[in-house]
Amino acid sequence: MSEFFTLHVNGHDHEIRDAWLGENLLYVLRERLGLKAAKGACEQGECGSCSVQVGGELVCACLVLAASAVDEPIVTVEGLGDVPTDVQTAFVETGAVQCGFCTPGLILAVHHLLEHDPAPTEIVIREELSGNVCRCTGYGRIIEAVQRVSVARAAAT
Amino acid sequence: MSITGVDRSVREGVLGGSPTRPDGIAKALGSFEFSSDLGGDGALWGATLRSPHPYARIVRIDLSAAWQIDGVETVITADDVPGAMHYGLIDQDQPVFASDVVRYVGEPVAAVAADHPETCRRALEAILVDYEVLDPVLDPESVVDGRAPDIHPAGNMLRQQRIVHGDPAVTGDVVVEGTYELGMQDQAFLGLEAALAVPDSGGDGVELFVATQWLHEDRGQIAACLGLPEEQVRLVLAGVGGAFGAREDISLQVHSCLLALRLGRPVRLHYSRAESFLGHVHRHPATIWMRHHATSDGEIVKIEARFVFDGGAYSSTSSAVLLNAITHAQGPYRCANAVVDGYAVRTNHLPCGAMRGFGVVQACFAHESQMDRLAEACGVDPVDIRLRNAMRTGDTLITGQVMDSVAPVEQCIRETVALPFPNEPVGGHDGDVMRLPGGAGRTADVEHVVRGIGYGVSMKNLMYSEGFDDYSTARCRLAGGVATLKFATSEVGQGFVTLAGQIARTILGVDDVVLDRIDTSVGSAGSTSASRQTWMSGGAVAAACEAVRDTLFVNLAMLNGLDANTLAIDGTDVIDTAGPFRVPVAEATARGEIEQTAVYRHRPTEELDEHGQGDCHTAFAFVAHRAVVDVDVELGLVKVVQVATAQDVGRALNPLSVVGQIEGGIAQGLGLAVMEEIVQINGTIRNASFTDYLLPTMLDMPDVVATLIEEPEPLAPLGAKGVGEPPCISVTPAIAAAIRDALRQAGRPHRIDRVPVRPIDIADV
Amino acid sequence: MPVLIPTSLADAVTAAGATPDALLLAGGTDLMVEINERHRDLPWEHASVIALNRVPELGSWTIDPRARTLTLGAGVRWAEIEREPLRSSVPALAEAARTVGSPQIRAAGTVGGNLATCSPAGDGLPVLVAHDATVDLIDASGRRSLPIADFMLGVKHTALRPGELIESITVPLLEGAQGYSKVGVRNAMVIATASACVATDVPSRSVRIALGSVAPTVIRVPEAESLVAASADWSSRSLAAQVITSAGGLAADASRPIDDHRSSAAYRRHAVDVMVRRQLRRAFPGGET
Repeated sequence: MSEFFTLHVNGHDHEIRDAWLGENLLYVLRERLGLKAAKGACEQGECGSCSVQVGGELVCACLVLAASAVDEPIVTVEGLGDVPTDVQTAFVETGAVQCGFCTPGLILAVHHLLEHDPAPTEIVIREELSGNVCRCTGYGRIIEAVQRVSVARAAAT
Repeated sequence: MSITGVDRSVREGVLGGSPTRPDGIAKALGSFEFSSDLGGDGALWGATLRSPHPYARIVRIDLSAAWQIDGVETVITADDVPGAMHYGLIDQDQPVFASDVVRYVGEPVAAVAADHPETCRRALEAILVDYEVLDPVLDPESVVDGRAPDIHPAGNMLRQQRIVHGDPAVTGDVVVEGTYELGMQDQAFLGLEAALAVPDSGGDGVELFVATQWLHEDRGQIAACLGLPEEQVRLVLAGVGGAFGAREDISLQVHSCLLALRLGRPVRLHYSRAESFLGHVHRHPATIWMRHHATSDGEIVKIEARFVFDGGAYSSTSSAVLLNAITHAQGPYRCANAVVDGYAVRTNHLPCGAMRGFGVVQACFAHESQMDRLAEACGVDPVDIRLRNAMRTGDTLITGQVMDSVAPVEQCIRETVALPFPNEPVGGHDGDVMRLPGGAGRTADVEHVVRGIGYGVSMKNLMYSEGFDDYSTARCRLAGGVATLKFATSEVGQGFVTLAGQIARTILGVDDVVLDRIDTSVGSAGSTSASRQTWMSGGAVAAACEAVRDTLFVNLAMLNGLDANTLAIDGTDVIDTAGPFRVPVAEATARGEIEQTAVYRHRPTEELDEHGQGDCHTAFAFVAHRAVVDVDVELGLVKVVQVATAQDVGRALNPLSVVGQIEGGIAQGLGLAVMEEIVQINGTIRNASFTDYLLPTMLDMPDVVATLIEEPEPLAPLGAKGVGEPPCISVTPAIAAAIRDALRQAGRPHRIDRVPVRPIDIADV
Repeated sequence: MPVLIPTSLADAVTAAGATPDALLLAGGTDLMVEINERHRDLPWEHASVIALNRVPELGSWTIDPRARTLTLGAGVRWAEIEREPLRSSVPALAEAARTVGSPQIRAAGTVGGNLATCSPAGDGLPVLVAHDATVDLIDASGRRSLPIADFMLGVKHTALRPGELIESITVPLLEGAQGYSKVGVRNAMVIATASACVATDVPSRSVRIALGSVAPTVIRVPEAESLVAASADWSSRSLAAQVITSAGGLAADASRPIDDHRSSAAYRRHAVDVMVRRQLRRAFPGGET
């Protein structure tokens, strides 16, 4: 068993003690830090439900060894705040949420996408979100939500 | 996408509009609690030991090493089941833990509880099971012809059913036949199985927080296995991450309760993805032979069919799935004569049961493939042959039942055909590689790709069948202008929680609706399956609200000297249609409260007789699909470019929810058409992961254009038909037909008679 | 501390030498799957991990214009290889990068990790083999470089010694058309059923054809390469149709694929034939068809 390591999550430092060596970041976030927004649906990086930002990159938390994620800012959906962002609101309004299990991962992926490409075409949206699997919606309303936010942000500037 | 189903709501949040779902923000924030999010301090972790063999005798189980591991709190086996050993939805043939024999890879043999999931994993590894491997029964035909030895005391024939209708000896001028195969599809919901079992302090009861489709049915089975009265087993619906039929059977419910009761401590049991593939039932793989006799103009004269469904090791709902399949052999087409034989068999493959479409998916692939064959043989266009045979209200089915549901089959077809084709050519206007089959794999250029078009049409029964006494319960309480609803209807993502509020707002004239916790403290709502909840639970909520409203009218009438029969709800007021009286509902309900509970039942159905005749189904819905598919015929890779559909929905109570079911259902039908299959070799699953069980991603899903056909269904309490299943049914054969069309254009007209269609099948290598 | 996070190449080499059986962790996209699923049979109580993601030398790359080589640090991520300026340097590698997993995987996965895993289906490997890349290794006793074909020994088996790290991969830069194709059942996130890289170098009039997922490791097709190189009209970028057909056939013949749950040997042979033909036509668009 390790001694402890420190993770920087959503702007706060957390000491992780007595963790088993093989714990991935998804497990530590959910079970040790109580940050349950990131979900585990495959444990292989094939579904995107556990997407988080580590060091500014969008990655699958299930593929990050928790003890190696020190010294980098980690952002989860909880880090976006208690007030729904425009992306979160758009998801709900367009019907992009059914069971909701893929939703937190998608919310972060969409925020990440729009930070880097504020006006993505539909084909770019599909490619950039191809790592986030949804089993309920068939993706149509999700794409609409992204486009709605993109247009609204452009209109606001 | 645009849909032609207009928002007819007169007020925000009522029926006909698309208010946002009440749990939507919580889900977007990530604060909504799924069953895997529950538990915390003090809760132990549970895990299940599973058979590695498809068929074996258990000689010995040695738990001693597992007990030695630090952190292990308990280890249990079949010896520790206090109540009934066997459970099941129709026949109770499946043991809580295998004790003498294991019958499929993944069958539970033992369970452990420990302080950490890793401790659980080590404990499972330390349990030693001595197996004597036996020869598995893997060929369904060997069961049908009686060659296979029984692998279960109840025998291997789960159900055998024949339908004979009209004149079995009649023939047609044109005869086409084929044998069609479907592989095993998995529901693959994202929210993995998870439960939290909290024992009562006295040890004589338990509260189970679980994601499931039918709380009360689970409770009955769990209580029987625990040897407890049902009232002592209380189920609370935890957040459900999708279901699609995989949560209709119990999986971890009894195991988690046993562990918790044994230890007097809460226990969380979670499945991994690999375990989930083993832990729930799947769609039945099937082989279907069909022969259509028709006039030279293509009018169906007779249908013959033979269905063989591989039900796997335990019976689950195979009997009902088979019934659905064979009774839908004719498809949405008139047919006066039929001989249909159906067999659902037990093998040592993974158990099969409910999955969205429930047997009709298989039948539809067969009959739609046949219709295209018939069209070709008669020299008739594939759309015309379907129009020519389209069923109508009043027609008699091959079971002798008269179709008295609204049956706009012709309209479904015509509206689908009328939808515009994609305006992008193969490869798109911009030549983006992502628009071609193979995508980023850059396997094809535009000249290698052929665009094909295919059609599929289906009917689908709604609700349960064969005399099952199905009902749903709801309670409504009105006080201070706020309606509170209590029901046990399982919300799995489909949006019943949204619809319930719309119903209450419409009937009671309130704006504020509160949903009480979904649990077993109110009567059963039946299963979230069979496209039944809008009709059944919608009916129950409506009935409860109407009863409350009528009580309110009676009270107001007494107080104000009015006739209760002339009172009505107008917006958010109670008015007298025969006079000037008007009072806001909120004011009228400011003091006191009115509460009513209602139970909704549909009209009774019958079992089939020995000739397969009887009014066995409750109601029907219809749908048509058109698929446009770009095919790299040499490599066998496909890209579905567009799916067009017109669906018979009765009444779109929430158009956005309907769109959600249409798009989501099409995605699942697409998955079955071109990529989803559980591969079992020698009875062992080879692709129990998302690496090799492929779900459609955003790059695989096409544009969807849809028309909602709203002809209100008089039999339905709100005029609305169920919409969940039809979208996933006829899209699969439409895609297969489009692939065949592309091959034909490329001069390679070989048969595509199996789904999922693989590159090997298209490339014909 | 069972997870060591060195912040320099020297520290990483020292750590690897001190604990030669430590698990080497780069992007985690292969290793973490094995840990999550417990595929590796490890003495978990005693295992240690050396995380390499904080070693700056491993995450950097340089181009040597005189030698005409690109040296990629083992820790360079697929997302970076997909973008400019690396995309223009080795376009086929950028194409391969685009097919690796998903955007999340590409943000974490590294070219060195892909090489160290040495799966027959590794996406970057056919491109590196086609370029005759060399693998630069380092351990406490010094450096050595191996041709990539000598580094990849078999299915998930490399020449990496205990205590040794992949420092970089040196890729000769070619001048000419090149591309990477990969067959998978789905349009995203697939393991290659079969893959192929065809790369040309006009100055040396050479053609390189490398195939993935059709043998235990990536294979070249020297007969097809020399046939095409000799038959092509390099000035007009033309190639006769029958040469293309022959080259495809030679690629299929050189393959030794297996039947598995993903596909059949026959289909894999067919697929490399088709992919090689199509890539050759893209590289040499002239000539009768």
